[in-house]
Amino acid sequence: MALASSQNILPDFRLSPRIDQIGVEERAARFTTRSIKADAKMNGLLLVLNMIDLTTLEGKDTPGKVKQLCYKGMHPHDAIPGLPSVAAICVYPSMVKIAKKALEGSGVKVAAVATAFPSGQAPKDVKIRDTKFAVSEGADEIDMVISRGKFHEGEYNFVFDEIAAIKEACGTARLKVILETGELGTYDKVRRASDIAMHAGADFIKTSTGKIQPAATMPVTLVMLEAIRDFYYKTGKMIGMKPAGGISKSKLALHYLVMVKETLGNDWLNNEWFRFGASSLANDVLMQIAKEKTGLYQSANYFSVD
Amino acid sequence: MATTKKKTTNTIKLKFDTDWTYAPAPESKSAATIDKQYDLFIDGKWQKPTSKKYFDTINPATEEKLSEVADANEADVNKAVTAARNAYDKTWKKIPAKERAKYIFRIARIVQEKSRELAVIETLNGGKPIRESRDFDIPTAANHFFYYAGWADKLEYAFPNRKSQPLGVAGQIIPWNFPLLMAAWKIAPALATGNTVVLKPAETTPLTALKLAEIIQEADLPPGVVNIITGAGTTGAALVNHPGVDKIAFTGSTEVGKIIQRATAGTNKKLTLELGGKAANIIFEDAPIDQAVEGVINGIFFNQGHVCCAGSRLYVQESIAKEVIKKLKDRIETLLVGDPMDKNTDIGAINSKQQLQTIQKYLAIGKKEGAEIFQSSCPIPKKGFYCPPTLFTNVAQSNRIVQEEIFGPVLSILTFRTDDEVIEKANNTPYGLSAGVWTDKGSKVFNMTKRMRAGVVWANTFNKFDPTSPFGGYKESGFGREGGLHGLEGYLKF
Repeated sequence: MALASSQNILPDFRLSPRIDQIGVEERAARFTTRSIKADAKMNGLLLVLNMIDLTTLEGKDTPGKVKQLCYKGMHPHDAIPGLPSVAAICVYPSMVKIAKKALEGSGVKVAAVATAFPSGQAPKDVKIRDTKFAVSEGADEIDMVISRGKFHEGEYNFVFDEIAAIKEACGTARLKVILETGELGTYDKVRRASDIAMHAGADFIKTSTGKIQPAATMPVTLVMLEAIRDFYYKTGKMIGMKPAGGISKSKLALHYLVMVKETLGNDWLNNEWFRFGASSLANDVLMQIAKEKTGLYQSANYFSVD
Repeated sequence: MATTKKKTTNTIKLKFDTDWTYAPAPESKSAATIDKQYDLFIDGKWQKPTSKKYFDTINPATEEKLSEVADANEADVNKAVTAARNAYDKTWKKIPAKERAKYIFRIARIVQEKSRELAVIETLNGGKPIRESRDFDIPTAANHFFYYAGWADKLEYAFPNRKSQPLGVAGQIIPWNFPLLMAAWKIAPALATGNTVVLKPAETTPLTALKLAEIIQEADLPPGVVNIITGAGTTGAALVNHPGVDKIAFTGSTEVGKIIQRATAGTNKKLTLELGGKAANIIFEDAPIDQAVEGVINGIFFNQGHVCCAGSRLYVQESIAKEVIKKLKDRIETLLVGDPMDKNTDIGAINSKQQLQTIQKYLAIGKKEGAEIFQSSCPIPKKGFYCPPTLFTNVAQSNRIVQEEIFGPVLSILTFRTDDEVIEKANNTPYGLSAGVWTDKGSKVFNMTKRMRAGVVWANTFNKFDPTSPFGGYKESGFGREGGLHGLEGYLKF
């Protein structure tokens, strides 16, 4: 409804499509009834592993910790040959340089959370500096947070302009825009925030910081995938999706893959366009891959904890 | 496998034929025991048919024979009605209501215990996806027994200040689209109100009703309280015409419904009919569109469209028609058509060859009428009866595919401009079973539901069933209500 006729004209974000809560939750639940077995399971698990943004975002992060995580990202479990690496290592700006060096030549990207993550409660110029610093340190991707306070106030132009300014500060780095859906409260608002972010220049939209509950859920992710679908049809531009926080089990990750497959199709089924923001998911995926290969579950002690 | 290389897209189109595909995930046939041959369940015993005749029942997904069942003739019907009459007079009407409840609860629990086996048989015999028989048919059937078991000893509260009495022997004839669930809809309220039953399942799908007979034996119901006899139309006719029957409950086609109404005219038989439908599903421009699209999909493709309340006419407000049609086309590309036993199958087999021919006849009519046809590209199995999900656009209200019930996975899409226009068009049908309204505006929902001549109107959802909710039609969709408090009335006199 009320879609702009040309991509140069911005829509009125107050008129973003409405979401029926019951309907979207039913649809999301339906994806979980798909039975993923045999080859489908193995290929799905490898795909999931390759889509992970392996994350450490703690006050106590040190270069030592980040280096260890980078090694894990490049070599998730060398006991099983032929495994893919993860997609990226996600860190605070101060750790970008360390990660960049550790990952050199591996193809694994460095993602930095910027813009006064996780609250975003800082002046715009501080957020821009934060972003530019991360980019100058070598970040390939920037994960920004939107100003949720301004969004709730209905200051959509403010939110839009801020995203556009950060996008400009990113240069060639890809921009992921975190909506922090756990603070938005309704699916209607998730949809509206998604539309604002995409029109303002987001390369990816992302559910959560991981610091707020609830983080990613399937219905929230579905609302965002459908926003991406509508935006793609309207503009021809693909936008990536990153659910983050709360996805720690392989089975759930496979349900997300089903959802991507049946909502956006093949073009999004790769780590260029879909990511999982997670820290503990990787080991569960590895454990399942080992189980598929050997027929037995191995003790958690066989998988490195980083 | 995943790659990090940039994919370029030339055309704006979503590709649902993905590199990552689902492996087959078939449910095991061995979860079910199907006998080679079934007799008639009369007076608590399995009895050979007087005709000595049996007919084959097949799996419509493979066309393979599953079993053979007895063909009951007039003499067998007479035996069954007599057994029901004796059971009514000698035991069932005399025992305390709370004892009746115990039997019905027992049936409900055994249905739950055997739910996997029943789901497998329902899918093998009827062609519906195992996901639906497992997640919908069997649990809802059990719920109906649980629900009506609760009413059995509370009838005086259901109808305060009215003295209610059972009718006697109920003859019940059920269709092939939800075999076990329809048996539950019929048997549960009849028993709760103190009637005895002769039930005839559909010719093509007798097996779960026969399994239910085994369950009834296991539940130790007094002999003759429930009799289950198999056969075709002539068996049904004999039941309808039997003078010892006090009540006929029929679910099926409007054509047969009319014959039954003529046959029972001038008799003392109480009658409820649940017949065909051609439901309008209406999407307004302010609707939550993605959820509306999903609701339309479930409304028409649930159970291959073999649903009397299926949303087979879609009315979309013109301003959003293009968008909705595009989304519907995308969505049907993701529906998996095929082996009903596969847990990932969305659309299974058409119930019978005859029904497939009916559907194909209407597809030809639609094309001839100038409608544009769109079918999903999902490959369908070579053997068995299948029809891909189908959309017709560029359709007119006067087209036969809009006016007549197709009873298959075929959706006709029409557009409208104003509320008044769509009300008029939606009501412009001989049927009046169900309808759907999709809008973000609550007041519009109530305005529409008030003016819609349909027994059930769903708002921002479709095809939702609950034992507590009455179901039934207006006009040629029949009369009487099943489910809920209302469902008791059809089996009582006051």
